[in-house]
Amino acid sequence: MYAYLSRRIAATIPVLLGVSLLVFAMLHLVPGDPVKMMLSEFGTNPEQIALLRAQLHLDEPLPKQFLRFVVNAVQGDLGISIRSKRPVIQEIGDNYLSTLQLAFAGLFIAGFLGTTLGIIAAVRQNSFIDAGSMVFALVGVSMPSFWLGLLLIFTFSLRFRLFPATGGGDLKHLVLPAITLGLGAAAIIARLVRSSMLEVLRQEYVTTARAKGLMEFWVIVRHALRNALIPVVTVFGLQFGSLLAGAVIIETVFGRPGIGRLLVDGILNKDFPVVQGVVLVVAISYVAVNLLVDLVYVVLDPRIRYVRG
Amino acid sequence: MTIVATNDDAMLARNVRTKSRWHDFRRRLFRNKAATGGLVVVVLFFVLSALAPWLAPYDPIMIDSLSALRPPGGAYLFGSDQYGRDVLSRVLYGGQISLIIGFISVAIASLFGVTVGLIAGYYGGWADSVLMRVIDIMLAFPGILLSLAIVSMLGPNLRNLMIAVGISAIPTYARLTRGSVLSAREHLYVEAARTVGVPDHLIAIRHILPNVIAPIIVAATLGVGTAIIVAAALSFLGLGSQPPQPEWGRMLSEGRPYLRDQWWISTFPGLAIMVVVLAINLFGDGLRDALDPRLKT
Repeated sequence: MYAYLSRRIAATIPVLLGVSLLVFAMLHLVPGDPVKMMLSEFGTNPEQIALLRAQLHLDEPLPKQFLRFVVNAVQGDLGISIRSKRPVIQEIGDNYLSTLQLAFAGLFIAGFLGTTLGIIAAVRQNSFIDAGSMVFALVGVSMPSFWLGLLLIFTFSLRFRLFPATGGGDLKHLVLPAITLGLGAAAIIARLVRSSMLEVLRQEYVTTARAKGLMEFWVIVRHALRNALIPVVTVFGLQFGSLLAGAVIIETVFGRPGIGRLLVDGILNKDFPVVQGVVLVVAISYVAVNLLVDLVYVVLDPRIRYVRG
Repeated sequence: MTIVATNDDAMLARNVRTKSRWHDFRRRLFRNKAATGGLVVVVLFFVLSALAPWLAPYDPIMIDSLSALRPPGGAYLFGSDQYGRDVLSRVLYGGQISLIIGFISVAIASLFGVTVGLIAGYYGGWADSVLMRVIDIMLAFPGILLSLAIVSMLGPNLRNLMIAVGISAIPTYARLTRGSVLSAREHLYVEAARTVGVPDHLIAIRHILPNVIAPIIVAATLGVGTAIIVAAALSFLGLGSQPPQPEWGRMLSEGRPYLRDQWWISTFPGLAIMVVVLAINLFGDGLRDALDPRLKT
């Protein structure tokens, strides 16, 4: 087991290095001069260009620049925002918690709704409830989140005035964005839980549990569900990443502060250090969550320790 | 002469087999009402947007402040927006943009992804290790993030949008193809082809690819729906199509300030995205069930 764990942890190092290389390369893959592009809205002044060039160390050889980028990033230095002139890491720090809150709330809704619907659909296979849940799942994956967000704002903010349409801060501001973010993931999880549950319900140990006279509820919760949820755990990790990235759209729809909006504003303002910083932080968070999920997986399913370890 | 006859026999047998397999597939697909309905809707969207220049009652980008914000009905079936542009005409023309983006970005993604997967899966060894590490790195950028990063480098316009959405979907096809190739290359027909001296690249393209293509077609079909949503999302954020292009995602964001009283500006493009993606998903699901009935749950 420890061999598997250490191998799994070691495997993330080249990925993290590759991610940093890609994020570093972003600036250099810009068609034309990145400095001129970044300063295009300020009116180009040769002194400013020279200053920014020096600040970004663009005159150094590329390997040296990359090394500096990695060393600085490890120390939490992601450069200075061209717009706000503040350190990028501070900008991200100010906004990260809000996005994390949104992503977790979305994941909670997705997990709760998706699992519940999936179980009911599987237990009552081919019933109306089953068909209804699967229609929900299909609509859920086909619905663009930005449109769902607007519909929720229209219904619950403008018509019924139950929740605020925009802004961030308290729990009331979190409800609509979290539902918008979670619903798509709920649809994916519901489909997966259903098929996983259908699989497990055919297993012999479920028949055994029924044969020894257990109430159907306990058969499902204790025997079937626990095993059916194992493959779902992996999807939770993947979905968390999608939710983190999806927050980019949701935060714009709801005018909510967060690193997603920071990123969009960064792109629109051509503020490259901010864009690079946010992309790097989101990718690292995602790699970390997937690592965590894999570790949880080992605890949940002892078979893996032997198969892979 | 005997050899020719044998070849003919083999060809005939193969024709019959492909025919009946194709027949089976078609029968399964068209018996599935949801899938057929999905296909009909997708075709309908295609036809309507292709005929937009003839069907649209107005010029989609013509500004006419005198007829701004008209509710649906009368001369403006879907209403008009804040610049007096006809929403119906814009939705029709927008279909062209969304469908083209969907198909081209999937073409980019599947072309590169399948090539990478084929090379990695067939040759194995260091080619496999290197290519799959690159794919792993791409996968570390979740969801829409990779497209966003690419658009931020290339600049926001329709062409770059297709490139960005296409590149970010490469890993899906690469992994899928590699997985199927890994099991397909152990088959006897590959061994046979190798024994008679068929070069590696021809084995990969002529013998392995046709046998692993089914799940790739399913993924590509569903991928068109995803690409349409991602592209619309980027345009919604202002990072895709630029005004005054009638793009669905952009129309939604332009209708946002008018959500309370002029709901139609953003509702019709939103509905269009959802219906076309839903139809694509229904068809894709049906395609999967028809190609491989074992997968059906």
